[in-house]
Amino acid sequence: MDLFEYQARDLFEKHGVPVLAGAVATTPDEAHAAALAIGGKVVVKAQVKVGGRGKAGGVKLAIDAADAREKAAAILGMDIKGHVVGKVMIAQAAPIEAEYYLAILLDRSNRTFLVMASVAGGMDIEQVARETPEKLAKVPVNSNHGISKLEALKIIQGAQFPADIAEQVADTLVLIWKVFVDEDATLVEINPLVKTSDGRIIALDGKVTLDDNAGFRHLDHEALVDQSATNPLEALAKAKDLNYVKLDGEVGIIGNGAGLVMSTLDVVAYAGEKFGGVKPANFLDIGGGASAQVMADGLSIILGDKDVKSVFVNVFGGITSCDAVANGIVQALEMLGEKATKPIVVRLDGNNVIEGRAILNRAAHPLIQQLDTMDGAAARAAELAAK
Amino acid sequence: MSIFISKSSRVIVQGMTGSEGTKHTRRMLASGTVIVGGVTPGKGGQVIDIDGHKLPVFNTVAEAIAATKADVSVVFVPPKFAKAAVVDAIDAALPLVVVITEGIPVHDTAAFFAYAQSKGTTRIVGPNCPGLITPGQCNVGIIPADITGPGPIGLVSKSGTLTYQMMYELRDIGFSTAVGIGGDPIIGTTHIDCLRAFQDDPDTTAIVMIGEIGGDAEERAAAFISEYVTKPVVGYVAGFTAPEGKTMGHAGAIVSGSSGTAQGKKDALEAAGVQVGKTPSETAALMRALLNR
Repeated sequence: MDLFEYQARDLFEKHGVPVLAGAVATTPDEAHAAALAIGGKVVVKAQVKVGGRGKAGGVKLAIDAADAREKAAAILGMDIKGHVVGKVMIAQAAPIEAEYYLAILLDRSNRTFLVMASVAGGMDIEQVARETPEKLAKVPVNSNHGISKLEALKIIQGAQFPADIAEQVADTLVLIWKVFVDEDATLVEINPLVKTSDGRIIALDGKVTLDDNAGFRHLDHEALVDQSATNPLEALAKAKDLNYVKLDGEVGIIGNGAGLVMSTLDVVAYAGEKFGGVKPANFLDIGGGASAQVMADGLSIILGDKDVKSVFVNVFGGITSCDAVANGIVQALEMLGEKATKPIVVRLDGNNVIEGRAILNRAAHPLIQQLDTMDGAAARAAELAAK
Repeated sequence: MSIFISKSSRVIVQGMTGSEGTKHTRRMLASGTVIVGGVTPGKGGQVIDIDGHKLPVFNTVAEAIAATKADVSVVFVPPKFAKAAVVDAIDAALPLVVVITEGIPVHDTAAFFAYAQSKGTTRIVGPNCPGLITPGQCNVGIIPADITGPGPIGLVSKSGTLTYQMMYELRDIGFSTAVGIGGDPIIGTTHIDCLRAFQDDPDTTAIVMIGEIGGDAEERAAAFISEYVTKPVVGYVAGFTAPEGKTMGHAGAIVSGSSGTAQGKKDALEAAGVQVGKTPSETAALMRALLNR
């Protein structure tokens, strides 16, 4: 889960990382109140999970609370690269002398954690890495050892930070390591980390990604989920414990296993090229079990998607057997009754496939069509969606 | 021959007394795997009867090794306790630990992986994987043993169901070993580890490699194939239609910005001379053509 800037700021504050006063607002009046409470000049910042908001006009300086109200009114509702601004952060303004970059992230390639530090802050770090790689220090961190103050200082000195602030930046690095570990983050990034004209080091903007798998030991993370950005069908699926992602095509997809479902999406899109560019409408992995109830839940979510014109159920019986899946489909259609209106193409293979196919043949449900191969079934589902 | 496991492997099941552990112990036994016991902390001394096999339960992996000469463990422990289970196996210097568990926090995986690296005596496969099978000899994990039999193809895949699908497509030819390496951001055994082992295995004559979006493991594997692998390799990559920034089922299956895309992986593999199929069936057909079958 990616956090908003204001959520990252709050997490930083909780762990003692130096930040400026800031508050979130969803209306111009709230922005006004927040600016009054902070006092003086403030910066009104659009809260969107996408880069480039400054260039898009999503960050504005306000000279006082009344101005903050006006700036907030202009920014709220703005569309930044497809993200509609629903919240702004009102942050204390500070005179900036220099901008730096500091981050800790999961390095998948090297299967470890990585500190990245640069004196070229405030810019797109991928650009720094590409154009001036000598300005970006990358240091792996063993998760069983962590980062001591001494090691932090070595990293910061190695990254060519000025001597007068190296101590403070090293302290900040130790603190964000604590954020990284204690919150089970896969990314903690400060960009920019600034030096103010009175010599303080402050995390001015932050990005944090939390590991969803660690939710069981962070019950407070649930409150950080942005409900407004969640697609209603995705929310419904989540409530039913289904692994569903809404896409923008016309062929509803149900399958078992993440890899097979991803592959099914591709095969449908590939087959759809011959039928006017028909595409998959969703990702839905019903997992190993695939009981009638799970199948019914999955089918009802997919049939509730008004974009769906046909459904493709693609199951390879590994642990689960095809007769159980076939019974699940038949029972699901009984449960759904008249709510099931779209053609359903089914491809079953693997464990107990002969009995599975026989069950569907015996049911002879008018909506169900069976095909023997994944490629053939994908083509039929695409053809039906194109009609 | 085969890679990582064979008929002489002696397997313990960590989490054998749980429902998943018991269910899959039964299936592994049915496929002829030599299971010598289980480990559940606090339940040491019990004996579990699974289909007539009397299996001793131990508190620690070290005790299990001392009593049974086990050299492989398969982990069905829930995410919360998985790190402790794997660390227990590493402490006992068990050569191979196969972690089936899905949903382990990546900080826990990073910790036990770094620990295994520092000790240098344990290979980890997974987590979030179906395990591996050497058909007719040994089955460690949850891959159905009845899809196909022994043969000359080596298979390495991030995905469980695509492993099953590919084994099924090529069931008349058969496999030396099939390894499901898992779909998490950090995994103990990579495509490269398996490619190297298959290249060095005299019983493997050709290799199928299945990848998916996220990370750069496939790109690195492509570079490795160019420099080390002389046996024919065919590839398949899933996730061409996955949108940027969305996790597709597996925790590691996510396109971030322009990195981790299926197209990038396909291009890298093709540049290394690997034929990449557009669908699983087409990939199987490419393998058949290479083997003249």
